[in-house]
Amino acid sequence: MDVLELARWQFGITTVYHFLMVPLTIGLSLLVAGMQTAWVRTGNERYYKMTKFWGKLLLINFAMGVVTGIVQEFQFGMAWSAYSRFVGDVFGAPLAMEGIVAFFVESTFLGLWIFGWDKLPKKVHLACAWAFSLATMASAYFILAANSWMQHPVGIELHDGRPRLTSIWAVLTNNTVLAAFPHTIAGAFAVAGAFLVGIAAWHLYKKSEEERVWRSSLKLGTWVGVVAFAGLAISGDLQGKLMFEQQPMKMAAAEALCHTEQPASFSVFAYGDVRRPDCENVKSITVPALLSFLAHNDFSSEVKGIQDLVPMYQEKYGEFYPVDERLGELSGKPIDYVPALPVTYWGFRLMIGFGGISAGLGVLMLWLTRKNRTPTGWWFPALGLAGIATPFLANSFGWIFTEMGRQPFVVVPNPSGVDGVWMFTAQAVSASTPGEILTSLIALTTVYSVLAVVEFYLIRKYVRGGIPGVLPQKTDDGALAFAY
Amino acid sequence: METLWFVLIALLWLGYLFLEGFDFGVGMLLPVLGRDNAERRVMINTIGPVWDGNEVWLIVAIGATFAAFPGWYAALLSAAYLPLTLFLIALIGRGVAFDYRGKVESARWRKAWDTVIIVGSWTATLCVGLLISTTVLGLPIDANGDRVGSPFAAFRLDTIVGALAFAGYALVHGAVFTALKTEGEIRERARRVALTLAPVALLPLIALLAIVAGLWAGVVVLVLAAAMWRLLLNRDGQSFALMGLAIAASVAILFGSLYPNVLPSTLNDAWSLTVANTASSPYTLQVITWVAGFGTPAVLVYQGWTYWVFRKRIGVRHIPVH
Repeated sequence: MDVLELARWQFGITTVYHFLMVPLTIGLSLLVAGMQTAWVRTGNERYYKMTKFWGKLLLINFAMGVVTGIVQEFQFGMAWSAYSRFVGDVFGAPLAMEGIVAFFVESTFLGLWIFGWDKLPKKVHLACAWAFSLATMASAYFILAANSWMQHPVGIELHDGRPRLTSIWAVLTNNTVLAAFPHTIAGAFAVAGAFLVGIAAWHLYKKSEEERVWRSSLKLGTWVGVVAFAGLAISGDLQGKLMFEQQPMKMAAAEALCHTEQPASFSVFAYGDVRRPDCENVKSITVPALLSFLAHNDFSSEVKGIQDLVPMYQEKYGEFYPVDERLGELSGKPIDYVPALPVTYWGFRLMIGFGGISAGLGVLMLWLTRKNRTPTGWWFPALGLAGIATPFLANSFGWIFTEMGRQPFVVVPNPSGVDGVWMFTAQAVSASTPGEILTSLIALTTVYSVLAVVEFYLIRKYVRGGIPGVLPQKTDDGALAFAY
Repeated sequence: METLWFVLIALLWLGYLFLEGFDFGVGMLLPVLGRDNAERRVMINTIGPVWDGNEVWLIVAIGATFAAFPGWYAALLSAAYLPLTLFLIALIGRGVAFDYRGKVESARWRKAWDTVIIVGSWTATLCVGLLISTTVLGLPIDANGDRVGSPFAAFRLDTIVGALAFAGYALVHGAVFTALKTEGEIRERARRVALTLAPVALLPLIALLAIVAGLWAGVVVLVLAAAMWRLLLNRDGQSFALMGLAIAASVAILFGSLYPNVLPSTLNDAWSLTVANTASSPYTLQVITWVAGFGTPAVLVYQGWTYWVFRKRIGVRHIPVH
């Protein structure tokens, strides 16, 4: 494999992995802050126990999110130095802001929260929980603004062949991030909701101590999941409409739509190979005119197909890669403007599908536990625990779709923006040797695999331990509320 | 404006080396100062609430470099690829280790994580030293800012002295911090270790400063000597402050001699990266100046408050018995 392929695999693996921890951290920290608020306001012990239990699981997960996030901050420069030079004037600013505004708050107040249980007045301690949970959200905003800029560059001018920032405000209020942020946050709550539901269902089934804790948790989780799904659907629809304007090829690839259609039908499920160049031969079950509506809110509008988009892209962005030794094999070769169709087509459907299953399971769990019932069959906790995986999968497939769907670009040209600002992924990598990238790829993947096992083991241990496992031990003089 | 950001980035590195310096040191000295589990828990709890916040100084130093000097960020990080990979793995390991160590009641489990903390702290501090001395002493980079030659180009005699410089500093700094934050036998041991190690452990730092700036190294020698003298007289707090002053002087000397370069080319002076040829546009610098102007004082206030909340010394008597 060459540097480009290795670097892409590395970015994909480390980022998808990091984003397994992130949504759980964001969703769960806000829910835990909410639980603690309920405790401080009502004095009800049940909420204290909920805070302690879910807070412990949050911390186990938080640590992994933090350490895998450090890699992200470094790897743009390490493996993608040409990209960093090209976009640095724009892309670095939201990253620096994320550090100063969000990461400092997050890490400092998390430390205060963990160790401050008995040292801080109750309300100050509660404020710490809100501080770090809101900071996780702020951090999501900045990094999504950076990512959205790559999908839809705004607020810039072209200067010496590079984008130069002219308005940070335009970058932070890019319509792409305004849609991506609620979508991502709703996805985070879907994860946290399913997490609560699955684990609480298991405890109810096991008839663990503190039934009311589990019942409240389950109810909270289901409602959070259901509301999150509504948020996902609305924000996803907005995002889709923007994407038809901003990245028509990505949406055509999401549908494996070969030819321009008017009205265009939505493909529910394809049989036959979704593979180029035979996208001609794909047969699928379709809903007439639905795609037109999704794209433009109009059942009779036209949606451009891949075969018609390719010549448009070639005309605007060139037919061949420049002749440049740094491009390796691709130097001077034709540019392939069509993303990997099986990945985009199925990624899009798996995202929606798993999201839908997750919401459906939430509703089902709510109904199964109505009026304090608990089903006695083993399938009940099994359903709940398996359900935890669904929003994680939906999130991962969503990101894989959106990032693979913008290939071959790393910075996608903005059709209505400044001309000349785009970058092909092949041009973005560092002048590293394949051996360097391979070394880090193997090392990081190995460490991540080991840590995945460790985290899973710890979460399982503390889930099984239930409430008694998380209540603090008292010390002689109470000097340390929680000792590492 | 570029110069302002060069100074700010030097200050971020200073914050990082001063703060994470002692939590690295505590990790490095875990087997020396912590004879049993209770003592090790005392040590880890002295840094427990703060190490993660300390580490953010690094993240922000790197992020600010990306924003203010993309060319510097791109060149340094891609050229020092392998040492940085090692650094990241060390940081991942020790970060997880602090959090997970106490979460299972088993001597074997704790021992495994202790090893990760010790090895991770040593590796990470050596890598930081290597990275900083590399950017000060230069790399074989071409006109484009790309490294020419071996992936091991960052490993040279002078950069290895640099690696040892910061490891040695962290070792003594960590011992002084432990003396300041603990009581009883651990505190005594920490003082003894600091005083015994100092003459050897601090030598590489002096050597690095002498390589870079000649006689200016003498300033740091004096400050370090004063720090050890105060420690000898049981003035832990003053000693710790003087250790901070020493690293501040060291960072000033290193970055001061680097300016206006940010990463010299060892092949051709014309190819050296400078504040001028790597900086972002004035507008971008202005934007991040506003953010840093409002953000950083707030950070100093609430991180300072954290240290105040956890200002008490801790000892074995505070650790619950299992």
